[in-house]
Amino acid sequence: MKSPFTKGLSHGIPIALGYFSVSFGFGIMAVKSGLTAINAIIISLTNLTSAGQAAGVGIIAAGGAFLEMAATQFVINLRYSLMGLSLSQKLDKSFSTFHRMIASFGITDEIFAVASSQNEKLVPSYMYGLISISALGWTGGTAVGAIAGSALPATLTAAMGILLYGMFIAIIVPAARSSRKDLIVICLAALFSMIFKYLLPSVSFGFSIILSSVAAAVIGALLFPINIAETEEGKK
Amino acid sequence: MTMLIYISIMAGVTYLIRMIPFTLFRKKIKSRFIQSVLYYIPYAVLSAMTFPAIFYSTDSTVTAAVGTVIAVILAYFKLPLTVVALAACVASLITGFFI
Repeated sequence: MKSPFTKGLSHGIPIALGYFSVSFGFGIMAVKSGLTAINAIIISLTNLTSAGQAAGVGIIAAGGAFLEMAATQFVINLRYSLMGLSLSQKLDKSFSTFHRMIASFGITDEIFAVASSQNEKLVPSYMYGLISISALGWTGGTAVGAIAGSALPATLTAAMGILLYGMFIAIIVPAARSSRKDLIVICLAALFSMIFKYLLPSVSFGFSIILSSVAAAVIGALLFPINIAETEEGKK
Repeated sequence: MTMLIYISIMAGVTYLIRMIPFTLFRKKIKSRFIQSVLYYIPYAVLSAMTFPAIFYSTDSTVTAAVGTVIAVILAYFKLPLTVVALAACVASLITGFFI
């Protein structure tokens, strides 16, 4: 009989392996953008998120405003609020406010997906197992990428810049394939983002992401409001 | 110093977004409109972040475009995140040897 912590650890192994390879790319990207390896490692350790960190490094590299940084992180990571709401319905009684405050740190797309697919109620130690190994993979990959990245051939590190984006593609394309509504929202967001990049280059990277994604999501919500049951389904 | 402020903002905002609903909320949002916006936001954010930035993610738009096409094809067939990401990277790398 495995303890919940060990069970969490074992469920987290595939997540950690996936994170390692992707955050390797983040480490390289961060150093390329002018951050030190220590900066990159601290960011991964304290943020534990791909899209928000990639955007954050973009803003740092561009010397963006602090408000822009806060607003960008808010919009990009807003999905974790939704996941937190959903997970909070599944918690065991032993999940005190104190444990909630700690475990909430580890809500990511993949951890959410694994945790919400469990049949039994979630206990703190299970979540800690799942989160700690995932965080280790994420931070470890960043460290190796940031430190060893400069020792690798330039052709390889250049190609690794696409890793994070490849992961984003792996999330949005299957959604676009299975739902026409998602496809339209995804295409709108990409279209708006390209309009900012090529026609309105004076708008900063962070704000163009916020404006593009909120506009696309609001249009999607107005044209194709979803059912609550659909939300649960879509997030799994 | 500036770097420390940037990193603190990133970590602080990201943590609060995760912590507040998970810790405090015990009910579900009723508004269908807000539910819908929250449902679409992740996909919209990832799409806006990916396009057109992915085409500039390697040292040449040609290698990046090849990597993108491979990623889209593999993702269409629902391969795991890691496989898609690594395949995009390998495709870009190999293309780089030919240009």
